[in-house]
Amino acid sequence: MEWETVIGLEIHAQLNTVSKIFSGAPTAYGAEPNRQACAVDLGMPGVLPVLNQGAVEKAVMLGLAIDAEITPRSVFARKNYFYPDLPKGYQISQYELPIVARGHLDIELEDGTIKRIGVTRAHLEEDAGKSLHEGFESMTGIDLNRAGTPLIEIVSEPELRSAKEAVAYMKKLHSLVRYLDICDGNMQEGSFRCDANVSIRPKGQTEFGTRAELKNLNSFRFVERAINHEIERQIDVIEGGGSVVQETRLYDPDRDETRSMRTKEEANDYRYFPDPDLLPVVVDTAFVNQMREKLPELPDAKRARFVEQYGLSDYDAGVLTAAREMGDFYEAVAAGCGAPKLAANWVMGEFSAAMNRSEVELADAPVNAEGLAGLLARIQDETISGKIAKEVFEAMWNGEGDADAVIEAKGLKQITDTGAIDAIIDEVMANNPQQLEQYRGGKDKLFGFFVGQVMKATQGKANPAQVNERLKAKLDG
Amino acid sequence: MSVEASEVQRIAHLARLAMSDEQAREFAGGLSDIFAFVEQLDGAPIDGVEPMAHPLDAEQRLRPDAVTETDNREGFQAIAPAVEGGLYLVPRVIE
Repeated sequence: MEWETVIGLEIHAQLNTVSKIFSGAPTAYGAEPNRQACAVDLGMPGVLPVLNQGAVEKAVMLGLAIDAEITPRSVFARKNYFYPDLPKGYQISQYELPIVARGHLDIELEDGTIKRIGVTRAHLEEDAGKSLHEGFESMTGIDLNRAGTPLIEIVSEPELRSAKEAVAYMKKLHSLVRYLDICDGNMQEGSFRCDANVSIRPKGQTEFGTRAELKNLNSFRFVERAINHEIERQIDVIEGGGSVVQETRLYDPDRDETRSMRTKEEANDYRYFPDPDLLPVVVDTAFVNQMREKLPELPDAKRARFVEQYGLSDYDAGVLTAAREMGDFYEAVAAGCGAPKLAANWVMGEFSAAMNRSEVELADAPVNAEGLAGLLARIQDETISGKIAKEVFEAMWNGEGDADAVIEAKGLKQITDTGAIDAIIDEVMANNPQQLEQYRGGKDKLFGFFVGQVMKATQGKANPAQVNERLKAKLDG
Repeated sequence: MSVEASEVQRIAHLARLAMSDEQAREFAGGLSDIFAFVEQLDGAPIDGVEPMAHPLDAEQRLRPDAVTETDNREGFQAIAPAVEGGLYLVPRVIE
Protein backbone atom coordinates (compact mmCIF):
# COMPACT_ATOMS: atom_id res chain seq x y z
CA MET A 1 0.00 0.00 0.00
CA GLU A 2 1.24 3.46 -0.82
CA TRP A 3 0.86 5.95 2.01
CA GLU A 4 0.61 9.70 2.02
CA THR A 5 1.89 11.72 4.95
CA VAL A 6 -0.08 14.65 6.35
CA ILE A 7 1.71 17.10 8.62
CA GLY A 8 0.62 20.28 10.33
CA LEU A 9 3.01 22.31 12.47
CA GLU A 10 2.38 24.41 15.54
CA ILE A 11 5.30 26.75 16.05
CA HIS A 12 5.79 28.73 19.25
CA ALA A 13 7.98 31.78 18.84
CA GLN A 14 8.92 33.85 21.89
CA LEU A 15 8.47 37.50 21.06
CA ASN A 16 11.59 39.50 21.90
CA THR A 17 9.95 42.17 24.01
CA VAL A 18 11.96 43.44 26.99
CA SER A 19 9.07 42.91 29.41
CA LYS A 20 6.48 40.17 29.77
CA ILE A 21 3.17 40.02 27.98
CA PHE A 22 1.03 40.86 31.03
CA SER A 23 3.54 42.24 33.55
CA GLY A 24 6.48 44.64 33.74
CA ALA A 25 8.99 41.91 34.71
CA PRO A 26 12.02 41.46 32.43
CA THR A 27 12.24 38.62 29.90
CA ALA A 28 16.04 38.28 29.58
CA TYR A 29 17.27 34.71 29.26
CA GLY A 30 19.60 33.10 31.79
CA ALA A 31 18.84 35.05 34.97
CA GLU A 32 19.04 33.36 38.38
CA PRO A 33 15.87 31.34 39.08
CA ASN A 34 12.79 33.41 39.96
CA ARG A 35 14.61 36.75 39.87
CA GLN A 36 12.37 37.81 36.97
CA ALA A 37 9.05 36.56 38.27
CA CYS A 38 6.82 39.24 39.75
CA ALA A 39 3.47 38.95 41.55
CA VAL A 40 1.55 38.79 38.24
CA ASP A 41 3.79 36.01 36.89
CA LEU A 42 3.43 34.11 40.16
CA GLY A 43 -0.37 34.31 39.99
CA MET A 44 -0.66 36.04 43.36
CA PRO A 45 -4.21 36.83 44.48
CA GLY A 46 -5.57 40.18 43.38
CA VAL A 47 -3.16 40.88 40.54
CA LEU A 48 -4.39 41.89 37.10
CA PRO A 49 -2.78 41.42 33.69
CA VAL A 50 -2.08 44.48 31.52
CA LEU A 51 -1.27 43.76 27.91
CA ASN A 52 2.14 44.73 26.47
CA GLN A 53 1.80 46.90 23.36
CA GLY A 54 5.11 45.54 22.03
CA ALA A 55 3.67 42.01 21.88
CA VAL A 56 0.62 43.23 19.95
CA GLU A 57 2.83 45.14 17.49
CA LYS A 58 5.05 42.14 16.83
CA ALA A 59 2.06 39.83 16.34
CA VAL A 60 0.56 42.25 13.82
CA MET A 61 3.89 42.49 11.96
CA LEU A 62 3.99 38.72 11.63
CA GLY A 63 0.42 38.73 10.37
CA LEU A 64 1.24 41.30 7.70
CA ALA A 65 4.37 39.39 6.65
CA ILE A 66 2.35 36.22 5.98
CA ASP A 67 -0.36 38.17 4.19
CA ALA A 68 -2.91 37.30 6.85
CA GLU A 69 -6.08 38.97 8.04
CA ILE A 70 -5.57 40.96 11.23
CA THR A 71 -8.52 40.50 13.58
CA PRO A 72 -9.92 43.95 14.46
CA ARG A 73 -11.17 42.75 17.88
CA SER A 74 -9.31 39.73 19.23
CA VAL A 75 -10.08 38.12 22.55
CA PHE A 76 -7.95 36.52 25.26
CA ALA A 77 -9.19 33.29 26.79
CA ARG A 78 -8.20 31.11 29.71
CA LYS A 79 -6.89 27.66 28.92
CA ASN A 80 -7.35 25.69 32.11
CA TYR A 81 -4.98 22.95 33.23
CA PHE A 82 -2.98 22.11 36.30
CA TYR A 83 0.78 21.95 36.34
CA PRO A 84 3.15 23.42 38.93
CA ASP A 85 4.92 25.70 36.43
CA LEU A 86 1.56 27.35 35.64
CA PRO A 87 0.74 28.99 38.97
CA LYS A 88 -2.64 30.48 38.03
CA GLY A 89 -4.07 27.13 36.96
CA TYR A 90 -4.71 28.59 33.51
CA GLN A 91 -2.68 29.94 30.65
CA ILE A 92 -3.86 33.20 29.10
CA SER A 93 -4.15 32.43 25.39
CA GLN A 94 -6.46 33.21 22.50
CA TYR A 95 -9.04 30.74 21.30
CA GLU A 96 -12.04 31.78 19.20
CA LEU A 97 -10.71 35.13 18.04
CA PRO A 98 -6.91 35.04 17.53
CA ILE A 99 -5.15 38.28 16.59
CA VAL A 100 -3.91 36.83 13.27
CA ALA A 101 -6.31 34.85 11.08
CA ARG A 102 -5.76 33.01 7.81
CA GLY A 103 -2.47 33.71 6.00
CA HIS A 104 0.13 31.77 4.04
CA LEU A 105 3.82 31.08 3.56
CA ASP A 106 5.53 29.98 0.34
CA ILE A 107 8.16 27.27 0.67
CA GLU A 108 10.64 26.01 -1.89
CA LEU A 109 10.66 22.27 -2.52
CA GLU A 110 13.79 20.30 -3.36
CA ASP A 111 13.07 20.41 -7.09
CA GLY A 112 12.86 24.21 -6.93
CA THR A 113 9.08 24.49 -7.23
CA ILE A 114 7.21 26.79 -4.87
CA LYS A 115 4.45 25.42 -2.67
CA ARG A 116 2.04 27.66 -0.79
CA ILE A 117 1.28 26.49 2.75
CA GLY A 118 -1.76 27.89 4.50
CA VAL A 119 -1.37 29.36 7.97
CA THR A 120 -4.60 28.72 9.84
CA ARG A 121 -4.02 31.30 12.54
CA ALA A 122 -1.49 32.84 14.90
CA HIS A 123 -2.40 33.79 18.43
CA LEU A 124 -0.79 35.54 21.39
CA GLU A 125 -0.30 33.72 24.67
CA GLU A 126 1.93 33.59 27.72
CA ASP A 127 4.69 31.05 28.20
CA ALA A 128 4.73 28.82 31.28
CA GLY A 129 7.59 28.47 33.77
CA LYS A 130 10.10 25.63 33.84
CA SER A 131 10.01 22.46 35.92
CA LEU A 132 13.33 20.95 36.95
CA HIS A 133 13.00 17.32 37.89
CA GLU A 134 16.66 16.48 38.42
CA GLY A 135 18.56 16.91 41.63
CA PHE A 136 15.83 17.05 44.27
CA GLU A 137 14.78 14.23 46.55
CA SER A 138 11.17 13.43 45.53
CA MET A 139 10.60 17.11 44.73
CA THR A 140 10.39 19.22 41.57
CA GLY A 141 12.01 22.66 41.38
CA ILE A 142 10.02 25.46 39.74
CA ASP A 143 11.58 28.46 37.99
CA LEU A 144 9.01 31.02 36.93
CA ASN A 145 11.34 33.41 35.09
CA ARG A 146 9.89 32.25 31.78
CA ALA A 147 6.29 32.47 33.00
CA GLY A 148 4.54 35.29 31.17
CA THR A 149 7.06 35.60 28.34
CA PRO A 150 5.04 36.51 25.23
CA LEU A 151 4.59 33.76 22.67
CA ILE A 152 3.03 33.74 19.29
CA GLU A 153 1.75 30.31 18.29
CA ILE A 154 1.62 29.91 14.53
CA VAL A 155 -0.56 27.05 13.33
CA SER A 156 -0.21 25.70 9.80
CA GLU A 157 -2.86 23.94 7.76
CA PRO A 158 -2.26 20.18 7.42
CA GLU A 159 -0.77 20.79 3.98
CA LEU A 160 2.78 19.57 4.49
CA ARG A 161 3.39 16.19 2.86
CA SER A 162 6.85 15.13 4.04
CA ALA A 163 9.39 15.74 6.79
CA LYS A 164 11.44 17.74 4.28
CA GLU A 165 8.50 20.04 3.54
CA ALA A 166 7.94 20.48 7.27
CA VAL A 167 11.57 21.51 7.72
CA ALA A 168 11.42 23.88 4.74
CA TYR A 169 8.31 25.53 6.26
CA MET A 170 9.91 25.79 9.67
CA LYS A 171 13.12 27.28 8.24
CA LYS A 172 11.13 29.80 6.23
CA LEU A 173 9.22 30.91 9.29
CA HIS A 174 12.41 31.00 11.33
CA SER A 175 14.04 33.26 8.76
CA LEU A 176 10.93 35.44 8.67
CA VAL A 177 10.66 36.05 12.44
CA ARG A 178 14.33 37.01 12.49
CA TYR A 179 13.92 39.40 9.55
CA LEU A 180 10.98 40.99 11.34
CA ASP A 181 13.07 41.13 14.52
CA ILE A 182 10.15 39.81 16.55
CA CYS A 183 11.93 36.69 17.88
CA ASP A 184 15.62 35.87 18.38
CA GLY A 185 15.06 32.43 16.87
CA ASN A 186 17.34 30.72 19.38
CA MET A 187 16.19 27.12 19.32
CA GLN A 188 18.60 25.88 21.99
CA GLU A 189 17.19 28.38 24.47
CA GLY A 190 13.65 27.47 23.42
CA SER A 191 12.78 30.79 21.77
CA PHE A 192 11.52 28.96 18.67
CA ARG A 193 9.84 25.60 19.29
CA CYS A 194 7.86 23.20 17.19
CA ASP A 195 5.15 20.60 17.71
CA ALA A 196 4.16 18.46 14.73
CA ASN A 197 0.82 16.76 14.07
CA VAL A 198 1.55 13.72 11.94
CA SER A 199 -0.81 11.24 10.31
CA ILE A 200 -0.82 8.95 7.30
CA ARG A 201 -3.54 7.88 4.89
CA PRO A 202 -3.68 5.64 1.83
CA LYS A 203 -2.70 7.63 -1.22
CA GLY A 204 -5.81 9.04 -2.87
CA GLN A 205 -7.96 9.01 0.26
CA THR A 206 -9.40 12.38 1.20
CA GLU A 207 -10.17 11.89 4.90
CA PHE A 208 -7.31 12.30 7.30
CA GLY A 209 -5.93 9.44 9.36
CA THR A 210 -5.67 9.60 13.15
CA ARG A 211 -2.85 11.90 14.12
CA ALA A 212 -0.16 11.83 16.76
CA GLU A 213 1.26 15.05 18.14
CA LEU A 214 5.05 15.13 18.43
CA LYS A 215 6.54 17.41 21.03
CA ASN A 216 10.03 18.55 21.98
CA LEU A 217 11.35 19.16 18.48
CA ASN A 218 13.96 21.79 19.20
CA SER A 219 16.16 21.61 16.12
CA PHE A 220 15.59 21.37 12.37
CA ARG A 221 17.38 18.03 12.35
CA PHE A 222 15.19 16.61 15.12
CA VAL A 223 12.03 17.71 13.31
CA GLU A 224 13.02 15.78 10.22
CA ARG A 225 14.17 12.71 12.10
CA ALA A 226 11.22 12.61 14.49
CA ILE A 227 8.64 12.97 11.72
CA ASN A 228 10.27 10.32 9.54
CA HIS A 229 10.46 8.02 12.50
CA GLU A 230 6.80 8.64 13.36
CA ILE A 231 5.68 7.98 9.76
CA GLU A 232 7.44 4.62 9.82
CA ARG A 233 5.93 3.79 13.19
CA GLN A 234 2.40 4.56 11.99
CA ILE A 235 2.86 2.51 8.80
CA ASP A 236 4.11 -0.42 10.89
CA VAL A 237 1.13 -0.15 13.24
CA ILE A 238 -1.45 -0.02 10.44
CA GLU A 239 0.16 -2.63 8.21
CA GLY A 240 0.48 -4.84 11.28
CA GLY A 241 -3.30 -4.75 11.60
CA GLY A 242 -3.48 -2.18 14.40
CA SER A 243 -4.69 1.39 14.43
CA VAL A 244 -3.02 4.66 15.36
CA VAL A 245 -4.12 6.16 18.66
CA GLN A 246 -4.56 9.90 19.01
CA GLU A 247 -1.93 10.85 21.56
CA THR A 248 1.00 13.08 22.37
CA ARG A 249 4.42 11.58 21.76
CA LEU A 250 7.71 12.92 23.00
CA TYR A 251 10.77 12.78 20.77
CA ASP A 252 13.89 11.45 22.45
CA PRO A 253 16.91 12.60 20.39
CA ASP A 254 19.34 10.32 22.27
CA ARG A 255 17.46 7.18 21.29
CA ASP A 256 16.04 8.63 18.08
CA GLU A 257 12.53 7.47 18.85
CA THR A 258 9.18 8.88 19.88
CA ARG A 259 7.37 7.52 22.87
CA SER A 260 3.90 7.99 24.20
CA MET A 261 3.39 10.50 27.01
CA ARG A 262 0.88 9.12 29.44
CA THR A 263 -2.06 11.45 29.12
CA LYS A 264 -5.49 10.96 30.58
CA GLU A 265 -8.44 11.23 28.24
CA GLU A 266 -9.81 14.41 29.77
CA ALA A 267 -6.40 16.12 29.76
CA ASN A 268 -7.33 17.86 26.53
CA ASP A 269 -10.48 19.37 27.96
CA TYR A 270 -9.11 22.83 28.63
CA ARG A 271 -12.51 24.47 29.23
CA TYR A 272 -11.57 27.66 27.41
CA PHE A 273 -13.55 30.76 28.24
CA PRO A 274 -12.94 34.50 27.65
CA ASP A 275 -10.64 35.93 30.32
CA PRO A 276 -12.74 38.37 32.35
CA ASP A 277 -9.55 40.23 33.38
CA LEU A 278 -8.88 41.32 29.80
CA LEU A 279 -11.00 43.28 27.36
CA PRO A 280 -11.09 42.73 23.61
CA VAL A 281 -7.90 43.93 21.92
CA VAL A 282 -8.75 46.49 19.27
CA VAL A 283 -6.36 46.80 16.34
CA ASP A 284 -7.56 49.53 14.00
CA THR A 285 -6.48 50.38 10.47
CA ALA A 286 -4.18 53.17 11.65
CA PHE A 287 -2.32 50.74 13.91
CA VAL A 288 -2.04 48.17 11.13
CA ASN A 289 -0.72 50.80 8.74
CA GLN A 290 1.87 51.91 11.27
CA MET A 291 3.10 48.33 11.54
CA ARG A 292 3.09 47.94 7.78
CA GLU A 293 5.48 50.87 7.57
CA LYS A 294 7.78 49.23 10.08
CA LEU A 295 8.10 46.05 8.01
CA PRO A 296 11.62 45.52 6.66
CA GLU A 297 12.33 44.14 3.20
CA LEU A 298 11.30 40.48 3.53
CA PRO A 299 13.39 37.47 2.42
CA ASP A 300 11.56 36.73 -0.86
CA ALA A 301 11.67 40.36 -1.97
CA LYS A 302 15.32 40.69 -1.03
CA ARG A 303 16.17 37.53 -2.93
CA ALA A 304 14.48 38.81 -6.09
CA ARG A 305 16.27 42.14 -5.71
CA PHE A 306 19.68 40.46 -5.34
CA VAL A 307 19.11 38.62 -8.62
CA GLU A 308 18.03 41.83 -10.33
CA GLN A 309 20.49 44.28 -8.80
CA TYR A 310 23.65 42.19 -8.48
CA GLY A 311 23.15 39.70 -11.29
CA LEU A 312 23.37 36.75 -8.89
CA SER A 313 21.85 33.35 -9.59
CA ASP A 314 18.56 32.66 -7.84
CA TYR A 315 20.28 29.96 -5.79
CA ASP A 316 23.06 32.27 -4.58
CA ALA A 317 20.56 35.01 -3.82
CA GLY A 318 18.58 32.48 -1.77
CA VAL A 319 21.63 31.47 0.28
CA LEU A 320 22.64 35.08 0.91
CA THR A 321 19.17 36.19 2.00
CA ALA A 322 18.27 33.23 4.25
CA ALA A 323 19.36 35.32 7.25
CA ARG A 324 18.88 39.06 7.41
CA GLU A 325 22.36 39.69 8.87
CA MET A 326 24.00 37.71 6.08
CA GLY A 327 22.12 39.70 3.44
CA ASP A 328 23.20 42.98 5.05
CA PHE A 329 26.78 41.74 5.33
CA TYR A 330 26.85 40.73 1.67
CA GLU A 331 25.50 44.09 0.54
CA ALA A 332 28.14 45.92 2.58
CA VAL A 333 30.92 43.79 1.05
CA ALA A 334 29.55 44.18 -2.49
CA ALA A 335 29.27 47.96 -2.10
CA GLY A 336 32.71 48.18 -0.52
CA CYS A 337 34.59 46.33 -3.26
CA GLY A 338 32.36 47.19 -6.21
CA ALA A 339 32.32 43.58 -7.45
CA PRO A 340 29.00 41.92 -6.53
CA LYS A 341 29.73 38.48 -8.00
CA LEU A 342 33.20 38.28 -6.51
CA ALA A 343 31.68 39.35 -3.18
CA ALA A 344 29.01 36.63 -3.41
CA ASN A 345 31.61 33.94 -4.15
CA TRP A 346 33.75 35.00 -1.23
CA VAL A 347 30.92 35.46 1.29
CA MET A 348 29.46 32.03 0.47
CA GLY A 349 32.88 30.40 -0.03
CA GLU A 350 35.95 31.31 2.00
CA PHE A 351 34.11 33.49 4.48
CA SER A 352 31.34 31.02 5.34
CA ALA A 353 33.84 28.16 5.47
CA ALA A 354 35.96 30.12 7.95
CA MET A 355 32.88 30.83 10.10
CA ASN A 356 32.03 27.13 10.14
CA ARG A 357 35.60 26.13 10.96
CA SER A 358 35.83 28.60 13.82
CA GLU A 359 32.20 27.95 14.85
CA VAL A 360 31.44 31.65 15.17
CA GLU A 361 28.34 33.65 14.31
CA LEU A 362 28.51 36.46 11.79
CA ALA A 363 28.47 39.14 14.48
CA ASP A 364 31.54 37.60 16.14
CA ALA A 365 33.55 36.94 12.97
CA PRO A 366 37.10 38.36 13.19
CA VAL A 367 36.83 39.82 9.68
CA ASN A 368 34.03 42.36 9.17
CA ALA A 369 32.38 43.50 5.93
CA GLU A 370 34.76 46.43 5.53
CA GLY A 371 37.77 44.14 5.98
CA LEU A 372 36.54 41.62 3.44
CA ALA A 373 35.67 44.36 0.97
CA GLY A 374 39.21 45.74 1.39
CA LEU A 375 40.66 42.37 0.49
CA LEU A 376 38.42 41.92 -2.55
CA ALA A 377 39.34 45.41 -3.75
CA ARG A 378 42.97 44.21 -3.92
CA ILE A 379 41.93 41.33 -6.17
CA GLN A 380 39.98 43.78 -8.29
CA ASP A 381 42.92 46.15 -8.78
CA GLU A 382 45.24 43.18 -9.38
CA THR A 383 47.46 43.84 -6.41
CA ILE A 384 47.06 40.17 -5.57
CA SER A 385 45.68 37.10 -7.32
CA GLY A 386 42.64 35.19 -6.09
CA LYS A 387 44.91 32.44 -4.86
CA ILE A 388 47.11 34.74 -2.81
CA ALA A 389 43.95 36.40 -1.52
CA LYS A 390 43.06 33.18 0.29
CA GLU A 391 46.38 33.32 2.09
CA VAL A 392 45.79 36.98 2.99
CA PHE A 393 42.27 36.17 4.19
CA GLU A 394 43.60 33.40 6.44
CA ALA A 395 46.00 35.89 8.05
CA MET A 396 43.23 38.49 8.44
CA TRP A 397 41.01 35.90 10.09
CA ASN A 398 43.87 35.16 12.52
CA GLY A 399 44.00 38.80 13.50
CA GLU A 400 47.14 39.82 11.62
CA GLY A 401 45.65 43.08 10.37
CA ASP A 402 43.72 44.33 7.36
CA ALA A 403 44.37 43.23 3.78
CA ASP A 404 46.90 45.95 2.94
CA ALA A 405 48.85 45.37 6.16
CA VAL A 406 49.05 41.61 5.54
CA ILE A 407 50.05 42.05 1.89
CA GLU A 408 52.77 44.48 2.94
CA ALA A 409 54.05 42.46 5.89
CA LYS A 410 54.23 39.21 3.93
CA GLY A 411 55.43 40.79 0.72
CA LEU A 412 52.58 39.27 -1.26
CA LYS A 413 52.06 42.05 -3.76
CA GLN A 414 51.59 40.62 -7.19
CA ILE A 415 54.46 41.03 -9.66
CA THR A 416 53.03 42.82 -12.67
CA ASP A 417 56.24 44.42 -13.87
CA THR A 418 56.87 42.84 -17.30
CA GLY A 419 60.61 43.36 -16.99
CA ALA A 420 60.76 41.49 -13.71
CA ILE A 421 58.64 38.64 -15.05
CA ASP A 422 60.80 38.42 -18.18
CA ALA A 423 63.94 38.20 -16.06
CA ILE A 424 62.49 35.30 -14.06
CA ILE A 425 61.38 33.52 -17.23
CA ASP A 426 64.86 33.89 -18.68
CA GLU A 427 66.34 32.40 -15.55
CA VAL A 428 63.91 29.45 -15.56
CA MET A 429 64.68 28.76 -19.24
CA ALA A 430 68.41 28.87 -18.58
CA ASN A 431 68.11 26.48 -15.65
CA ASN A 432 66.07 23.93 -17.62
CA PRO A 433 67.75 23.51 -21.00
CA GLN A 434 66.59 19.92 -21.41
CA GLN A 435 62.89 20.74 -20.98
CA LEU A 436 63.33 23.77 -23.22
CA GLU A 437 64.73 21.59 -25.96
CA GLN A 438 61.91 19.04 -25.60
CA TYR A 439 59.26 21.80 -25.64
CA ARG A 440 60.68 23.35 -28.74
CA GLY A 441 60.83 19.85 -30.22
CA GLY A 442 57.02 19.75 -30.01
CA LYS A 443 56.27 18.58 -26.46
CA ASP A 444 53.58 21.26 -25.81
CA LYS A 445 52.57 19.77 -22.50
CA LEU A 446 55.76 21.12 -20.95
CA PHE A 447 54.25 24.61 -21.08
CA GLY A 448 52.60 23.86 -17.73
CA PHE A 449 55.95 22.86 -16.32
CA PHE A 450 57.40 26.26 -17.17
CA VAL A 451 54.39 28.08 -15.69
CA GLY A 452 54.88 26.09 -12.52
CA GLN A 453 58.58 26.92 -12.35
CA VAL A 454 57.94 30.65 -12.79
CA MET A 455 55.21 30.62 -10.13
CA LYS A 456 57.50 28.69 -7.82
CA ALA A 457 60.30 31.20 -8.35
CA THR A 458 57.92 34.07 -7.48
CA GLN A 459 56.15 32.21 -4.65
CA GLY A 460 52.91 32.50 -6.59
CA LYS A 461 53.05 36.25 -6.76
CA ALA A 462 53.47 36.70 -10.50
CA ASN A 463 50.32 37.80 -12.33
CA PRO A 464 49.16 34.51 -13.91
CA ALA A 465 47.80 36.07 -17.11
CA GLN A 466 51.02 37.96 -17.70
CA VAL A 467 53.16 34.89 -17.01
CA ASN A 468 51.20 32.92 -19.60
CA GLU A 469 51.51 35.61 -22.17
CA ARG A 470 55.23 36.34 -21.67
CA LEU A 471 56.17 32.70 -21.38
CA LYS A 472 54.42 31.82 -24.61
CA ALA A 473 56.24 34.62 -26.42
CA LYS A 474 59.65 33.66 -25.06
CA LEU A 475 59.36 29.89 -25.46
CA ASP A 476 58.09 30.15 -28.98
CA GLY A 477 60.57 32.90 -29.87
CA MET B 1 -30.78 21.75 30.05
CA SER B 2 -30.14 19.54 33.03
CA VAL B 3 -26.87 18.25 34.43
CA GLU B 4 -26.21 14.69 35.57
CA ALA B 5 -24.26 13.88 38.70
CA SER B 6 -21.66 12.06 36.58
CA GLU B 7 -21.03 15.26 34.63
CA VAL B 8 -20.61 17.19 37.85
CA GLN B 9 -18.04 14.63 38.96
CA ARG B 10 -16.15 14.98 35.71
CA ILE B 11 -16.02 18.77 35.93
CA ALA B 12 -15.08 18.61 39.58
CA HIS B 13 -12.22 16.29 38.69
CA LEU B 14 -10.99 18.65 35.96
CA ALA B 15 -11.00 21.44 38.53
CA ARG B 16 -9.29 19.13 41.05
CA LEU B 17 -12.20 19.33 43.51
CA ALA B 18 -13.02 16.31 45.66
CA MET B 19 -16.72 15.63 45.82
CA SER B 20 -18.82 12.85 47.33
CA ASP B 21 -21.55 11.22 45.23
CA GLU B 22 -24.13 12.84 47.45
CA GLN B 23 -22.63 16.29 46.90
CA ALA B 24 -22.49 15.63 43.16
CA ARG B 25 -26.22 14.83 43.11
CA GLU B 26 -26.96 17.93 45.13
CA PHE B 27 -24.90 20.17 42.81
CA ALA B 28 -26.42 18.54 39.74
CA GLY B 29 -29.84 19.69 40.95
CA GLY B 30 -28.65 23.19 41.82
CA LEU B 31 -26.75 23.66 38.56
CA SER B 32 -29.71 22.41 36.54
CA ASP B 33 -31.90 25.04 38.21
CA ILE B 34 -29.36 27.75 37.39
CA PHE B 35 -29.19 26.66 33.76
CA ALA B 36 -32.96 26.67 33.52
CA PHE B 37 -33.02 30.20 34.90
CA VAL B 38 -30.36 31.43 32.42
CA GLU B 39 -32.11 29.66 29.56
CA GLN B 40 -34.82 32.31 29.67
CA LEU B 41 -32.34 34.47 27.77
CA ASP B 42 -32.76 32.14 24.77
CA GLY B 43 -36.09 33.86 24.22
CA ALA B 44 -34.57 37.35 23.99
CA PRO B 45 -34.48 38.87 20.48
CA ILE B 46 -30.77 39.35 19.82
CA ASP B 47 -30.60 39.28 16.02
CA GLY B 48 -28.03 41.83 14.89
CA VAL B 49 -26.83 42.55 18.42
CA GLU B 50 -23.05 42.46 18.84
CA PRO B 51 -21.78 40.59 21.92
CA MET B 52 -20.72 43.08 24.57
CA ALA B 53 -17.51 42.67 26.55
CA HIS B 54 -17.93 45.68 28.81
CA PRO B 55 -20.94 47.80 29.79
CA LEU B 56 -19.12 50.99 28.77
CA ASP B 57 -17.79 49.38 25.62
CA ALA B 58 -14.21 49.80 26.88
CA GLU B 59 -11.36 48.14 25.06
CA GLN B 60 -8.09 46.64 26.27
CA ARG B 61 -5.62 49.25 27.41
CA LEU B 62 -2.03 48.59 26.35
CA ARG B 63 1.08 49.40 28.35
CA PRO B 64 4.42 50.33 26.77
CA ASP B 65 6.98 47.53 26.53
CA ALA B 66 9.19 48.51 29.46
CA VAL B 67 10.50 46.80 32.59
CA THR B 68 8.76 48.27 35.61
CA GLU B 69 9.06 45.45 38.15
CA THR B 70 12.04 44.98 40.44
CA ASP B 71 13.22 41.67 41.82
CA ASN B 72 11.43 40.66 45.02
CA ARG B 73 12.33 36.98 45.09
CA GLU B 74 13.19 36.95 48.80
CA GLY B 75 9.86 38.53 49.68
CA PHE B 76 7.85 36.05 47.61
CA GLN B 77 9.85 33.05 48.76
CA ALA B 78 9.51 33.93 52.45
CA ILE B 79 5.90 32.67 52.29
CA ALA B 80 6.62 29.62 50.08
CA PRO B 81 6.40 26.21 51.81
CA ALA B 82 9.72 24.99 50.35
CA VAL B 83 12.52 26.67 48.41
CA GLU B 84 15.96 25.57 47.32
CA GLY B 85 18.58 27.41 45.31
CA GLY B 86 16.03 30.06 44.37
CA LEU B 87 13.55 27.47 43.07
CA TYR B 88 10.09 26.83 44.48
CA LEU B 89 9.84 23.18 45.47
CA VAL B 90 6.70 21.12 44.90
CA PRO B 91 6.03 17.40 45.28
CA ARG B 92 7.62 15.56 42.39
CA VAL B 93 5.35 15.70 39.31
CA ILE B 94 6.88 12.88 37.27
CA GLU B 95 7.93 9.47 38.49
